[in-house]
Amino acid sequence: MSVLIFIDIAEGKIKKASYEAASYGAAIAQQLGASANAIVLGKSDELLSLGNYGISKVYNLSNESLHHFDAQVFTKLIADANETIGADIFVFSNTTTGKSIAPRLSVRLKAGLVSGAVALPDTSNGFVVKKSVFSGKAFAHIAINSANKIIALNPNSFSVVKTEGVAEIIDLNLSIPAGKVAVQSVNKIIGDVPLSEADIVVSGGRGLKGPENWGIVTDLAKLLGAATACSRPVSDIHWRPHHEHVGQTGLAIAPNLYIAIGISGAIQHLAGVNRSKTIVVINKDPEAPFFKAADYGIVGDAFEVVPKMIDAIKKLKESV
Amino acid sequence: MFFKQPNGIIFAIKLETEIVQKSIYKNNFRFMKILICISKTPDTTSKIAFTDNNSKFSTDGVQWIINPYDEWYALVRAIEIKEADPSTILHLINVGGVESEPIIRKALALGGEEAIRVNSDVADSYFVASQIAQIAKEGNYDLIFTGKETIDYNGSSIGGMIAECLDIPFISHAVKFDIVNGNAVVVREIEGGEEIDSAPFPLVVSCQKGMAEQRIPNMKGIMGSRTKPLKVVEPVEISALTSVVSFDLPPAKAGVKLISADHPEELVRLLNEEAKAI
Ligand SMILES: Cc1cc2nc3c(=O)[nH]c(=O)nc-3n(C[C@H](O)[C@H](O)[C@H](O)COP(=O)(O)OP(=O)(O)OC[C@H]3O[C@@H](n4cnc5c(N)ncnc54)[C@H](O)[C@@H]3O)c2cc1C
Repeated sequence: MSVLIFIDIAEGKIKKASYEAASYGAAIAQQLGASANAIVLGKSDELLSLGNYGISKVYNLSNESLHHFDAQVFTKLIADANETIGADIFVFSNTTTGKSIAPRLSVRLKAGLVSGAVALPDTSNGFVVKKSVFSGKAFAHIAINSANKIIALNPNSFSVVKTEGVAEIIDLNLSIPAGKVAVQSVNKIIGDVPLSEADIVVSGGRGLKGPENWGIVTDLAKLLGAATACSRPVSDIHWRPHHEHVGQTGLAIAPNLYIAIGISGAIQHLAGVNRSKTIVVINKDPEAPFFKAADYGIVGDAFEVVPKMIDAIKKLKESV
Repeated sequence: MFFKQPNGIIFAIKLETEIVQKSIYKNNFRFMKILICISKTPDTTSKIAFTDNNSKFSTDGVQWIINPYDEWYALVRAIEIKEADPSTILHLINVGGVESEPIIRKALALGGEEAIRVNSDVADSYFVASQIAQIAKEGNYDLIFTGKETIDYNGSSIGGMIAECLDIPFISHAVKFDIVNGNAVVVREIEGGEEIDSAPFPLVVSCQKGMAEQRIPNMKGIMGSRTKPLKVVEPVEISALTSVVSFDLPPAKAGVKLISADHPEELVRLLNEEAKAI
């Protein structure tokens, strides 16, 4: 029995969500008395760092052509590599890459898949994985009944655990099949912090009255190193780009801190954000439903409150 | 097809799906056949509660809708493709019991010539994807659209599974889809950006916001949907790989701590010292 963790890299850098997946996979291996190994498709000089996240062996296929993603090719390579690695539990992070490969691998290896896992599996009686359902409104405990198992871990659901280990890098010697998907371009346009992985998210709603007023949201976000998000109507009326739309029909996120400014807190909005650890609501209406889901709140006008918050945070940063 | 009435007026009739299917090759040009996966989900305002010792979702008083990603983006984009090229064939597919039929009819009211329902309870995503792949194989579809996920199980896995069953490419999280020189050109969202891909048909694409704008079915569509063919087929034998053990609800919040609007610095202090969030 062994655990194989898929590590996603972009421009040679290991993604934060992949470190979480590594720690998670290592914890499963420890729970089962198995070893935790990683597979990396593409070139990266950060591979040794995986030793600090509980990984014993890093299987690496270092080839430039793999920097263009094709789920069909990646799936075949993982399955081929596993002929010799022999893992039976596979861990992905539940990101756009993981969501493209894990289902394919599930079919290929007849491995039951749980995507959106939020906790370690319960292995006391079978293999049961807790996952987020109804866009965060509930959890389901899903048993994987097949011999091979795949888990796709939600970002920001498992804290990375640093260890003292040293990883051994093993070069894979596999022929790369010709892919059918041609990646024409990759545009990193959305800012520094990807929303799904962000620790802090500052989000604005229709209460901000218009796109010209977003300065307070972006200023606060910048100061906190946060990503920005918005409610659905805000993106529908094109005040903000679609990819910022969070909620039941947008992105479901689970940051450490979610600051909602001028958002009423409709059930569909809460669905995508209620797994955030700490929720702050700033709304001028004391009856706004969001206050019921919040940890901290200020009843007040965002245009007065937020600039004062920004000043206070600046002072705090200066004092440390 | 055009007909001339005795009074000299020329009118057009829409080709029956059957005829279109038989004449799928015309001058060596193959009409694009699109299969759109339609899932039934609880309305977004549904109360989330469980029965049978928390092992089943309580459907008491639940309104069922077409999964928004399937309806707003996959289906509408497919309809737009057909509007641009009326020779395109649109079929809808749902895996589910007879209780799925109202939402299938609702989807047909928006568009599509016919729907196929694989008559089965939903065991798990592997089961559902295998059923759809079977129909897709038999029907020789060029393009299969799914939503990026369902809003109940949030699996995001049907599209990729179908693609692997058929050994064809899969592009997930599409925000834009076009057909250029016989190839698909897809813009997909990735973390922190976008990627532009091109791929040949056949192909599976999962769709999300940006692909199209939500539409409301009109009266003509609703009336027409009642007579569109809804074929019921029996499932192929597939064993599910996973099963639901139980559900639970997140713990309730302790209650909000309200801070005066005159003292936002107090909020900042609490976030720093108490919540340790900044
Ligand atoms: C099927 C379906 C799916 C949906 N999916 C989503 C989804 O994924 N995500 C989502 O967000 N929504 C979704 N919605 C929409 C949702 O129901 C709400 O309409 C939406 O979230 C409201 O957005 P809002 O809070 O920005 O705007 P509003 O409801 O208009 O709220 C604006 C808030 O701003 C406050 N405000 C106004 N001025 C100020 C000020 N100066 N200072 C401080 N506060 C102020 C007001 O008190 C109010 O509470 C969905 C709806 C449906 C039917």
